Amino acid sequence: MPEASQIDYNGLIPNNVGLAEDLRVRKALETWHPGYIDWWKSMGPEGFQNSPVYLRTAVGVGSEGWAKFGFVRMPEYRWGILLAPQVEGRTIPFGAHKGEPAWQEVPGEYRAMLRRLLVIQGDTEPASVEQQRHLGATAPSLYDMRNLFQVNVEEGRHLWAMVYLLQKYFGRDGREEAGELLRRRSGDQDSPRMLGAFNEQTPDWLSFFMFTFFTDRDGKMQLAALAQSGFDPLSRTCRFMLTEEAHHMFVGETGVARVIQRTAEAMKAAGIDDPYDIERVRALGVIDLPTIQKKANLHFSLTLDLFGNEISTNAANAFNAGLKGRYREDKLTDDHQLTSSVYPVLRLRDGTIVNEDVPALSALNMRLRDDYVEDAATGVGRWNRVLERAGMAFRMILPHVAFNRRIGEFSAIHTDTDGNILSSEAWHARRESMLPSTDDNLFIASLMRTSRQPGSYAGWIAPPRQGIDNMPGDFEYVRISD
Amino acid sequence: MIDFQTDPTRYRHWKLSFDGPIATLTMDVDPAGGLMDGYELKLNSYDLGVDIELADAVQRLRFEHPEVKTVVLKSGKENVFCAGANIRMLGKASHGHKVNFCKFTNETRLSIEDASENSGQTYLAAISGSAAGGGYELAVTADHIMLIDDRRSSVSLPELPLLAVLPGTGGLTRLTDKRRVRRDLADVFCTTEEGVRGKRAVQWRLVDEVVPPSAWEAKVNERALELAARSDRDGTKGIALIQVQRTISDDAINYAHVRVALDRAARVATITILGPSDLPADLRGIHDTGAAFWPLAMARELDDALLHLRSNEPSIGLIVFRSVGDPAQVLGADSLLEQYQTDWLVREIRLLLKRVLKRVDMTARSLITLIDPGSCFAGTLAELVFAADRAVMFAGSAAGDNRGPATLHLSALNFSAFPMGNGLSRLANRFYGEPDSLNTAAALIGETLDAEAAEEHGLITFAYDETDWDDEVRLILEERASFSPDALTGLEANLRFVGPETMETRIFGRLTAWQNWIFQRPNAVGETGSLKRYGSGVRPDFDPERV
Ligand SMILES: [Fe+2]
Ligand SMILES: [Fe+2]
Repeated sequence: MPEASQIDYNGLIPNNVGLAEDLRVRKALETWHPGYIDWWKSMGPEGFQNSPVYLRTAVGVGSEGWAKFGFVRMPEYRWGILLAPQVEGRTIPFGAHKGEPAWQEVPGEYRAMLRRLLVIQGDTEPASVEQQRHLGATAPSLYDMRNLFQVNVEEGRHLWAMVYLLQKYFGRDGREEAGELLRRRSGDQDSPRMLGAFNEQTPDWLSFFMFTFFTDRDGKMQLAALAQSGFDPLSRTCRFMLTEEAHHMFVGETGVARVIQRTAEAMKAAGIDDPYDIERVRALGVIDLPTIQKKANLHFSLTLDLFGNEISTNAANAFNAGLKGRYREDKLTDDHQLTSSVYPVLRLRDGTIVNEDVPALSALNMRLRDDYVEDAATGVGRWNRVLERAGMAFRMILPHVAFNRRIGEFSAIHTDTDGNILSSEAWHARRESMLPSTDDNLFIASLMRTSRQPGSYAGWIAPPRQGIDNMPGDFEYVRISD
Repeated sequence: MIDFQTDPTRYRHWKLSFDGPIATLTMDVDPAGGLMDGYELKLNSYDLGVDIELADAVQRLRFEHPEVKTVVLKSGKENVFCAGANIRMLGKASHGHKVNFCKFTNETRLSIEDASENSGQTYLAAISGSAAGGGYELAVTADHIMLIDDRRSSVSLPELPLLAVLPGTGGLTRLTDKRRVRRDLADVFCTTEEGVRGKRAVQWRLVDEVVPPSAWEAKVNERALELAARSDRDGTKGIALIQVQRTISDDAINYAHVRVALDRAARVATITILGPSDLPADLRGIHDTGAAFWPLAMARELDDALLHLRSNEPSIGLIVFRSVGDPAQVLGADSLLEQYQTDWLVREIRLLLKRVLKRVDMTARSLITLIDPGSCFAGTLAELVFAADRAVMFAGSAAGDNRGPATLHLSALNFSAFPMGNGLSRLANRFYGEPDSLNTAAALIGETLDAEAAEEHGLITFAYDETDWDDEVRLILEERASFSPDALTGLEANLRFVGPETMETRIFGRLTAWQNWIFQRPNAVGETGSLKRYGSGVRPDFDPERV
């Protein structure tokens, strides 16, 4: 690594924000950068740091710039600061300031609120890298290993994106928060990451795929809502981040689909029709479908907690202030102010789950969660097409939103995956039929043996249909021996 | 009707647990347990009902648990210590309810500090999660504040930026007067919605220490034991605070030793204290008598009556204090309280009397004490003479009355046991400009003073004989009832407290007065004001004019 003071800011840090000329931010980044590299080396992917990996680097926001492929050692990855191009004459799209010119500087009255939004979003980015740091050792193929690292470096870049905004627009507090983002640790008792799901473990590759499918999708929803922001630099940042987030969900969706596909194929070959004949299925060295469903139940429910309380003053304030919009706000055709409309929210009333109309402004978390569920359901539908094509009757589902919740209306009750309320005894009796048991996890762990021959795949997962960057099937995505 | 009586079997929001010298008071507010409809007590936010339980718990810890030397105040919820007073409740509440609510919560906070300072029962706040607004104000009543350093938990007073009101439960005052936070840092703290966490909270003296989660439980326990080791509290067996018995009818509330008669047409409540009849002989007897011991029983009853009148009888503008009984018996009770003042229980009884008398001072109704034949305003009960805005005494005897003339008696307790919020005894407060009168009064301890002597020594306002008494008393009450209730509240609150300011008088005088002003202003309570708009996501519209 070159010394921080000698960093060539336009070369090493691809950016379209004029970093080389921005002395104040440069100074802040110079202070922050060594800490980031230390963090990456100690908390980023374990091992493989010196192996060239075939990674995509974004060097610009134009069509040629955003996807440059090539081999790079991860600590030398060029984490860039890239904002979607500024739209001339953009106005604040929603809330009390709707129609006013979008802010290019932070409005003083919303500084604290905005900073909080950035810090919460920023905290999730390094968290998932930390959660996934042990997975390289058990990668089912070099293709998957490369995808893991691609996701990791991009989450690192997302951290950069948030840190840039903090350092550019939030003064001393912003610099302090940027430092704190490197000091918190996923799962650490003394300084955990801010949100629950980002302190859970990602112990195996099925968890990784589920995480990128479900939890990165929450990231997508949050970014999509922030991409609508009246604070233009945030909007532009998030719009660009969304292009990367799409790839993370691709990794998750296709990852799970390939696991399902492999299981279906193995069952067929062995003549097993009953997906619940778990022992026989597992004897084939593949993950039985009910266990895959249980993993989905777990990750879906943990992720729903990230949306916070169904009724939220903070969300209302952020919307009204013009800082955080709804999913695809620009495609919605209402007044974009929501001061007089209502939105139906599932609530717990006298021990039953009912639908209740509440003021739309206070129901924004609920609304974003509804959009999320719909988006996730589309992906689940694609998993089911794999089952359909394989001639299996089994179908993956999304559990009821009240299932296994720790935040919000339903944190006070237990339900089954259909949303029927369960007594505490019934919950404990049935828990392991709905969520992964220790046995299930041990079984999955027993399959986690790496496969590092170019073009070869562990027995529990099918190869992808296509290589990255259209590379051939036996392409060596990670040069481990180098 | 708002009922101020409760007991641990009925708590919905607090849990008490005991481990030798340490008690843990856990706040775990039931969101559905609001005192009124229309709001949910989320995130350990509180309303009057939550605070009534807290006040009860604090009281019981003192009387029922002499073995408890440290009380650990903590939250039963994850990620939140206490979010403060419930905003929706404040948004819906009448002005009168808000004022009474704040006054009661302030009195409860002070009773916590009184326990730490005077009862050898020290409070320790163990903050995990966010302590916001009233939540931090609650924590600041503790002698020692610990904040978990999980990089999330914080302390804050977000009232001004978030709600456009003040941290009015002593928050502002305790920052500067108790925590000695530098005033400019206090300004930053009170305008930063998200508050302060970690080391900075210690640097600014907002908390006493921060502790990482891995060491949290052990450290809290260690500190609690350290505080316990400093205590001089030496009792072993507490007394049960059995429920205060009362009967409430349309125009009266009757307790064993306190009678309240309501004349709603005249807007007058007459509170008559019945003096003691049989007193225990010694300390053992006091303990055996327990909650039935007259000074304690009377104090609890009077306390309940005051709270009842404040909350449930808003249009009663005047409280007339009377008493019936044998002054010698009241002085007998006083000498027990004086003789055994080092005993933990006697100390608690004296402290309770002190707090109840402060509650009298803080009651926003005109107070008139009538000393007539058959009354027993002696020693402790004479405090009601000195607490009153006016005290008038019947001179001589009425024709055909064989009870003898009205008398007034001082005891040592009048000079030392019951300081007001300004730190002065009611007599020192009364004779603020006349130090000689105070000395003279001290020489009158034990004397039987008739109306003439009492008037001469400045202990009463006026003395009237039989010819004038009925008319003069009627005129005082009628005239009082004709004045503006608001102006009277202001007048009385100013004149009752002379001289020096203390943290307590600053809380009730300066902070509360400003808060109550803000609570009346459109910027807070108007249709587009902060409290009405809170939670809607729509920003309040402020009138920019500074007043
Ligand atoms: Fe991300
Ligand atoms: Fe992501």
